[in-house]
Amino acid sequence: MAAAGNKQALMSITYDIVAGDFVRGGEAAGKLKRVLQQLGLGANVIRRTAIATYEAEMNVVIHSYGGQLSVDITSETIEIICSDCGPGIPDIDQALQEGYSTASDDVREMGFGAGMGLPNIRRSADEFSITSTVGEGTQLQIRILHKAGE
Amino acid sequence: MSKLQPYFHSVALDIENCKGCTICIKHCPTEAIRVRDGKARILETRCIDCGECIKICPNHAKIAIADDFDALNKYAYTVALPAPSFFGQFQGPDVTVGKILQALLTLGFTSVYEVAKAAEHVSLAVRRYVEQSPIRPLISSACPAVVRLIQVRFPDLIEHLVPIQAPVDIAARFAKEDIMRKYDLKPEQIGAFFITPCPAKVTALRQPIGLENVWLDGAIPISTVYAKVLRVLPYLEDTPELQEASALGLLWGRASGEEDAVRAPKQVAVDGIRAVIDVLGEIEIGKFHDVDFIECQACRGGCVGGALTVQNPFLARVNLERLAKELPPESSLQLEKSFEERYNAGDYGLELNIEPRSILKLDDDFTKAIEKMELLEKTVAALPGLDCGSCGSPSCQALAEDIVQGLATEADCVFVLRDGVQSLAEDLLELARRVPGSISHEDEM
Ligand code: SF4
Repeated sequence: MAAAGNKQALMSITYDIVAGDFVRGGEAAGKLKRVLQQLGLGANVIRRTAIATYEAEMNVVIHSYGGQLSVDITSETIEIICSDCGPGIPDIDQALQEGYSTASDDVREMGFGAGMGLPNIRRSADEFSITSTVGEGTQLQIRILHKAGE
Repeated sequence: MSKLQPYFHSVALDIENCKGCTICIKHCPTEAIRVRDGKARILETRCIDCGECIKICPNHAKIAIADDFDALNKYAYTVALPAPSFFGQFQGPDVTVGKILQALLTLGFTSVYEVAKAAEHVSLAVRRYVEQSPIRPLISSACPAVVRLIQVRFPDLIEHLVPIQAPVDIAARFAKEDIMRKYDLKPEQIGAFFITPCPAKVTALRQPIGLENVWLDGAIPISTVYAKVLRVLPYLEDTPELQEASALGLLWGRASGEEDAVRAPKQVAVDGIRAVIDVLGEIEIGKFHDVDFIECQACRGGCVGGALTVQNPFLARVNLERLAKELPPESSLQLEKSFEERYNAGDYGLELNIEPRSILKLDDDFTKAIEKMELLEKTVAALPGLDCGSCGSPSCQALAEDIVQGLATEADCVFVLRDGVQSLAEDLLELARRVPGSISHEDEM
């Protein structure tokens, strides 16, 4: 995904995500939310970013062997890349359907993995793309337009 | 009360009693307190008047500015509006709702109107609103500290707040309308006084949120009224005819009372400001999306846990439940045509939008905010990360924010200061060792 226009990152942050750590799961999204609030971005932008990054982060926690959330903030956009090492997604179209999930039963019982993760991310993002290699990992690219200072 | 001050706060500092101990700064949910020059200061834009600092201060240096009985003298006719939680303050098998109401009359009020009765109206109005609104989850707006918390820390959740007035505001209006009709009085001749469990309500009265017309004239803390009522209570005959509210309204005084009355298909009751903050954070990321209604109360145990109450909140809860058993369980309101009429006329609804008041923003200008953010990161990295509070800010992160905003300096950190002093001392020693050419080394001996 080429950056919108020629916008350079004014600020970049990277968070590590630990697989299987449900206690700390959501922390990266939470920290990012605070940063966006401090930058004074609009409530709607913050909210969509929080949902997208939370779901992306939890996907890594639930399905992968670990990964990273990297965020570039430009004067107009929030560029998010969430990449993990893991089994990958064999059928992306299927994974994008609401309610489709490969989460194990015990994870579902905890209230996660309802199969809303990717559809929620897609709904929250202004642009969204996903690439995945079976046996290697998955990469999500999420762009949210924030129209500086809105 | 005048509404003119830009930021009126009920919660204030009693400077004499403040020892500058820094205990309060860590308990404030919005990081609104700093200790500077040995005294606590409350940052006006951040404080939500929750009263946590009043509860925690060991020196009783945090106080609530509220009304006293003197305020009654200004009015020809006065009506007391006791909060449901007020009734939980009194215990003993002889205590009845009727006696407590009678006691208020002996203290000088012309009449009484139970806020619990208005809570019945609000319960039905909220129930109706939950049925009609597509927004999920809906969050109760009855606790003013929670509403303010949402304004300053969770502004994107404002649309989730149920736009129905709090019971006390409805009570003040209904009581006054009633009195005006019966005695042919003008609104300004009648003083409506809330007997309040919390400072947030005192603030809400002077700086209303979502209301244009405030019918309430004053708020007297439960702690001010308690002793006076206790003194007369044993000598009173029961006056059941004074008591009008049902158990449903009275039980609003404790956590889960509102939830029990609203009866949404899937609902949650949350009490205690920390728990409320956690839940609001989770709502923001999309959890709770299948919950219909959330009761949120800033104080643990609900209103009986308010900073201006007297009784232990656990006992108050039991007392309240005992009194409620003596009352009709349900309100007969839903049978009345007046409820429908009022609901459809919008009588229960908020009159104005609730505005966001975000306190986290580093700067209004995005580019400047980014610059400050970079500076902030560097500053945080230079601090020890111990969150000791000795600097007077609640955490290293908060001190760094204060530094970036020009409200503090790095030397406020005792560790940075110590390192500075140490290296200064080393430099001095080094200088002292240098001997000027005109002095011979032997002279030193
Ligand atoms: S009343 Fe609450 S928000 Fe205000 S300073 Fe005290 S603890 Fe902080």
